[in-house]
Amino acid sequence: MNKWLTPRSSLGLVLVAAALIALPFIAGMGGQAWVRILNFAILYAFLALGLNIVVGFAGLLDLGYIAFYAVGAYTWALLASPHFGLHLPFWAILPIGAVLACAAGALLGAPTLKLRGDYLAIVTLGFGEIVRIFMNNLNAPVNITNGAQGITLIDPVIIGQFKFSATSTIFGITVSGPQKYYYLLVLLALGVILVNYRLQHSRIGRAWQAIREDEIAAKAIGINTRNVKLLAFAMGASFGGIAGGIFAAMQGFVSPESFSLIESIMILAMVVLGGMGHIPGVILGAVLLTILPEALRYAVVPVQKALFGEVLADPESLRMLVFGLALVLVMRFRPAGLWPSPERRRELAEKVR
Amino acid sequence: MDILLQQIINGLVQGSIYAMVALGYTMVYGIMGLINFAHGEVVMIGTLVAISIVTLLVQSGMPPALAGAFGVAGAALVCMALGWSLERVAYRPLRQAQRLAPLITAIGCSIVLQNLAMMIWGRNYMTFPPLIEKTQFEFAGASFTSVQVMIVTVAALSMSGLLFLVYRTKLGMAMRATAQNPAVAGLMGVNANRVISSAFVVGSALGAVAGVMVGTYYEIAHYQMGFMLGLKAFTAAVLGGIGNLAGAMAGGVLLGLIEALGAGYIGDLTGGFLGSHYQDIFAFAVLIIVLMFRPSGLFGEKTGDRA
Repeated sequence: MNKWLTPRSSLGLVLVAAALIALPFIAGMGGQAWVRILNFAILYAFLALGLNIVVGFAGLLDLGYIAFYAVGAYTWALLASPHFGLHLPFWAILPIGAVLACAAGALLGAPTLKLRGDYLAIVTLGFGEIVRIFMNNLNAPVNITNGAQGITLIDPVIIGQFKFSATSTIFGITVSGPQKYYYLLVLLALGVILVNYRLQHSRIGRAWQAIREDEIAAKAIGINTRNVKLLAFAMGASFGGIAGGIFAAMQGFVSPESFSLIESIMILAMVVLGGMGHIPGVILGAVLLTILPEALRYAVVPVQKALFGEVLADPESLRMLVFGLALVLVMRFRPAGLWPSPERRRELAEKVR
Repeated sequence: MDILLQQIINGLVQGSIYAMVALGYTMVYGIMGLINFAHGEVVMIGTLVAISIVTLLVQSGMPPALAGAFGVAGAALVCMALGWSLERVAYRPLRQAQRLAPLITAIGCSIVLQNLAMMIWGRNYMTFPPLIEKTQFEFAGASFTSVQVMIVTVAALSMSGLLFLVYRTKLGMAMRATAQNPAVAGLMGVNANRVISSAFVVGSALGAVAGVMVGTYYEIAHYQMGFMLGLKAFTAAVLGGIGNLAGAMAGGVLLGLIEALGAGYIGDLTGGFLGSHYQDIFAFAVLIIVLMFRPSGLFGEKTGDRA
C-alpha cells in the first residue's frame, strides 16, 4: 500500500481532491443547471460502475439494468412521499432500496443462468420492459405506482436537520441544493469506485474474469459458476438500487418514462465506450456521454447561426444526430473504448499479430 | 369462441409483420453473429419513404394500387441502400473488434436514423394513404379486412421468395456456407464481404416491405415507430432461435398470436386484475419461459439450417 503514497502520487491525490471540491462552485458560476448536469454525470458514473460489475467483470450482457435503478427509485418514492403518507428517513430507505434491487437482480439472474450472450441480452431487456410496464400500469385496481403520472413531492435527502434540497450557508459559504447533492454523490461514487477496485482483484473478481473468458473452463477449475454469476447480478443490481433512490430524492419526482430501454442502452454505451471492465474508462465514458448531449444543447443553435446565418435544422434532433454520430465514430476508431484497460489493449494487440 | 377466432386472425396478421422484420435480424445474425439493432429504424425509414412516394403519386392522379407498388419498390430501394451502407460504415470496420463494439455503433446508427427521419418528415404522426379498398369479410363470427388478407399474402410470398433465394440459388448456398464456417467458405471461393452485404440488403428489402405492411395496417406512421417494432421482431427472432430462418418465421407468427390472445384473455385469466395494456408483458414473459427450457430458442439447435 505504501508504494502508492509516494510524494508525487499524494500531490496528485490532493490536486484531484481539490478539483472535486471546487468543481460544483466553478460549475455553479455558469448557473445551477450546470451543477445539476454535473450531478447526473456522477450519478451515471455510479450506475455505469454498477453495470460494469455485470458486463465488464463477469461478461454478462445486461440490457435491462435500468430496471434496478427503477426499483430503487420507486422504493424511495413510495416510502418517502405523500403518496402513501410514509416519510421514512434516508438511512432506512436506501438499504431497503438496495436490498429490493438486489432481490430483483437475483430474480432476473436465476432463470437466465443457462443462457449465453445475446440470448441473455434479450431476456434482460425483456425483464427491464416488464418492470417498466408494471410501473406504468400498477395504478388500477389498487393504486401503487400512480401509473404514467408518476409520483411527485418526494422527500429530499434529509440527515437530521440538514436538508439537501435547500440552499444554506455553511461557514459563511452559500451552498445550493444541487451543490450539496454533488458532495453526497461524490462520496457515494468514491464508495462504488473503492468496491469496484477491491472486487476486481479479489477471489470473486478473478472468478468473474474466468467466467467472462471461458465459462466451461471456469467450471472445470472448480468455480461455482451459478453462485458467482448470481452474485454479479445481485451486486450490480444493488448499486442500481442505491443510485435510483438518490435519483428519486434529487428529482423529487419519478415516472416510468425515466426508466425506458434507451436508458439501459445509454448506460451500457457508457461502459463500452469508456472501456469495458476498466474503472477509469467507465467513469470517463459516463461523464462524456452525460455532458456531451447537454453541451451540444448549448452549441447547436449558435454554431448553426455562425455557419449558415440562421437556424436550419431542428436543434433537438440535430443534437441527438451529432450524439449518435459520435458513438459510431468513437467505436469506429477506438473499438476497445476510449480508455481500455492495459491488459485488454495487450490482448487486442496480440490478436492482430 | 368468436373472440378466439378474431384474435387468432389479428395475431396472424401482426405475426406475419413481425416475421418479416425478424428475418432481417436473423439473416444478419446467422451469418455474422451480430444483432443489427438499427434494423427497426430501417423498417421505419421504409414506411416513411413509402408514405411520401404514395402520397405524391396519388395526388398526381395515379390509382392507389399502382402508387402502392411504386411505393414498395421505392422503399425497398432506399432501405437496401441503407442496409448496405450501414454494414459498410458501421459494422465492417468492427468485424475484428470486441463483441459489444458493433452493438454500440448499431445504437449510434439507430439514433442517427431516427433523428434524420425526424428532420425530414417532422415529429408529427403521418397518415398512410389507403392502397386498396378496405372491404370487410365475415367468417364464423369473426371479421377481417382485405388489407389483412393482403398483408398475410404478401408476407407468405416474400418469405417463400426468401426461402427460394437461400436454398435454391448460388448466392443462398454461399450464405449458408458462410454461416456455417466463414473461413472454409472463403477457401471455397465464397466472397464473404459480398455475402454479408447481400444479407443486409435482402434483410432490409424484407424490412421495407414489412414497413409498408405496418403502414397500411395501422394507417399511421411516426419516426419513433421502428424502435418497438424492431424490439418485438428481435424478440420473435430469439424466440424461434436466432440465426434460423424457419425459426424467425415461426417465432414471428407465434409472437403475434401470443400477443393477440394474451391481450384478448388476460382480463379473464386474472379476474380483471390485469388489463389488455399488459400485452407487452405477455410477449416478454413467454420469451423468458421458453428460453428457460430451451436456452437457444425453439428451433435454435438445427444449426445446419442457418442462413
